[in-house]
Amino acid sequence: MTQRQSRLKEFENRTLFLLGDEAAAYGALYAGCDFFAGYPITPASEIAEVMSRELPRVDGYYVQMEDELASLSAVIGAVWAGGKAMTATSGPGFSLMQENIGYAVMTETPCVIIDVQRSGPSTGQATKPAQGDVLQARWGTHGDHEIIALAPSSVQECFELTVASFNLAEQYRTPVILLMDGEIGHLRESVTFPTFDEVAREERRLAEPDTDLFGGEPIPPMSLFGEGRFIHVTGSTHKASGMRDVQTQAVHEELVTRLCQKIADARAEIASVEQDLVDGARIGVLTYGATARPARGAVLEARRMGCAVDFLRLITIWPFPEEAVKRLAERVETILVPEMNLGQIAREVERFTSLPILPLPKIGGVAHTVDEILEAILSSSSELGSAVG
Amino acid sequence: MHLQDTKVQRMIEINEELCKGCDICIDFCPLEVLAISASINRRGYYPPEVVNEEKCIGCRLCELVCPEFAITICNE
Amino acid sequence: MKDDVIIPGPEKRLKPHRLLKFLRQEILPTTFCPGCGCGTVLNGFAQAVDELGIDPKDMVFVTGIGCSSWIPSPYFKGDTLHTTHGRPIAFATGVKIMRPDLKVVVIAGDGDIAGIGGNHLIHAARRNIDMTVLMVNNWNYGMTGGQVSPTTPFGVPTTTTPYDNVEHPLEAAELVAAAGANYVSRWTTYHVFPLMESIQKALQVDGFSFIEILSQCPVSYGKMVDMRKASDFLKFYRDQSVRVHKAKAMSAEELEGKIVVGKLMERERTEFTASLRRINERFRKG
Repeated sequence: MTQRQSRLKEFENRTLFLLGDEAAAYGALYAGCDFFAGYPITPASEIAEVMSRELPRVDGYYVQMEDELASLSAVIGAVWAGGKAMTATSGPGFSLMQENIGYAVMTETPCVIIDVQRSGPSTGQATKPAQGDVLQARWGTHGDHEIIALAPSSVQECFELTVASFNLAEQYRTPVILLMDGEIGHLRESVTFPTFDEVAREERRLAEPDTDLFGGEPIPPMSLFGEGRFIHVTGSTHKASGMRDVQTQAVHEELVTRLCQKIADARAEIASVEQDLVDGARIGVLTYGATARPARGAVLEARRMGCAVDFLRLITIWPFPEEAVKRLAERVETILVPEMNLGQIAREVERFTSLPILPLPKIGGVAHTVDEILEAILSSSSELGSAVG
Repeated sequence: MHLQDTKVQRMIEINEELCKGCDICIDFCPLEVLAISASINRRGYYPPEVVNEEKCIGCRLCELVCPEFAITICNE
Repeated sequence: MKDDVIIPGPEKRLKPHRLLKFLRQEILPTTFCPGCGCGTVLNGFAQAVDELGIDPKDMVFVTGIGCSSWIPSPYFKGDTLHTTHGRPIAFATGVKIMRPDLKVVVIAGDGDIAGIGGNHLIHAARRNIDMTVLMVNNWNYGMTGGQVSPTTPFGVPTTTTPYDNVEHPLEAAELVAAAGANYVSRWTTYHVFPLMESIQKALQVDGFSFIEILSQCPVSYGKMVDMRKASDFLKFYRDQSVRVHKAKAMSAEELEGKIVVGKLMERERTEFTASLRRINERFRKG
């Protein structure tokens, strides 16, 4: 039994009362994370605290870097040296990481970045939750790219989606962003830990000698430093061999197109939603993250009042689960999108349907209440002319 | 490693295709062994040529200072 | 000036330069400008590796953005991580923690290491993490055309200080010594033999080792100060440099404009990754 297995054995089948941040950190340990670099920031610091405590116990390494630029840099370096690595931050730090997220995309470095979203822009309401980074996660770094981002709605899911993030990172050789929010990160709930063997772990696919590390197939295998291959890893446009070629149009087009397609083409596999659909629904509620909790309450309450409402929760934010959104749009007459920002995902939903989309934004560091969402459901319902019991 | 024994037969090898004609080796050779040659290389630079091979003491300054690995001292 | 131009025919067979084995020869000659000091640094580095008998398989090169980052990447045949601007030391930190058995070498410029990445330099030195950082200081942002950098001397014109630089240059080597590195030296591309010996020393030091290498940029920097030949710089380095032990006896006024060369720091503070491993030992079974 490895040191990791024996340490995690102490948790298996136990139910603990944990913060979302803490659960995410344990998810990383179950996923095989052996390197964490970070910089303190509310509301993500508890992730670093758990990692600093637990990593030495599983023969992993924690380092507190001088800033978030350095944190993601160290993470990427650790991956090429053989580690499974993660960092965690919040909005301001996530902004600082954008350049290196692009580097991880371009160099196809599997790694996990947790963004426990807080109220911005800038320092905003530093200790308050928000969901204002969902489009930054998609488009924050420069140039054409695709990204994978997941959003947990419960503390249990913070654990599970952190494991999923590590697995997707290895499977698609790409950075994965876990878009938590301050509400979930600082929420305390019961988490039941699985056994070590119950958790599926995607292992890194390593290349045979003389195979290309940056092309030749949609998701090429990796190689690591110190194996005598003399690999060349660069954020500049490169050929399949890894050698830089920043002059040839076709080389850039082939590389960047492949990097985008490897994720876009796998959208159906990656995109995950939770849906609860009912017959006769004319209204759909589409939501994600912490907002899904009051939204779910409002949907159940509306149904109890006789108003049939569909519920769709995005677990995968990027690549956007467009098929699920389209299916919802075919069933209902309007879609309500509550979110803790001024309508970032509502706008994305509009791209996939001609239905009227009703954004239900809320900012200021306070989550929606069930009543607020219920009221919006009922008022759309009466606008649609349906009788409400 | 610094060759001081003048009895050793030396050969100064100049790789003209790597040379970019910066002249550092010529300007800093303590014994003026090298001079700008009259021939131009494929990239349009004038490499050095050996004009006083017998004066060379094999100090290897030219070899170590050359930015292009274009000059080396070989012992026969 | 040259009338009888001779295009050489098929070459006589050359004895290969013994250091070429360390290079990705298929992409030579380098893309460095004629007379650029980057090639001299590469030469001295390869010489040091050769003399120490280090197997390149046991090394990892981490570089940033700028001309001197091209010294190992792509020219030195080794594992190479060519990173974002300013961050190579931070990337190298992750590499070294995971693979302490590998020699981690960062080669980058003054803009990268002391400018945009200055904070990483300070903190890596403070941690005293085992890596060798060669800061190739050409006094300007050469790759982008010769803009002022944090090390540009006071009073010098650059493309973005057309009325002369009114900022004082950073003394990077002294900064790193103060921050806690185990080994610090400063040399120039004129001092090729002591530079090569210093690189050997830096590669052997357990802890953070740093060499500031003054290196000529006759094209981007030289055009603004009328030093268009590499040799103009090398003569300047020769004439303006003062050895550390002599500098100690000189006043601040006497040292104005001088380049202090030699070993600035050597000590034996605890190395960072070894300390991390000692923590892990506490939890090891049996």
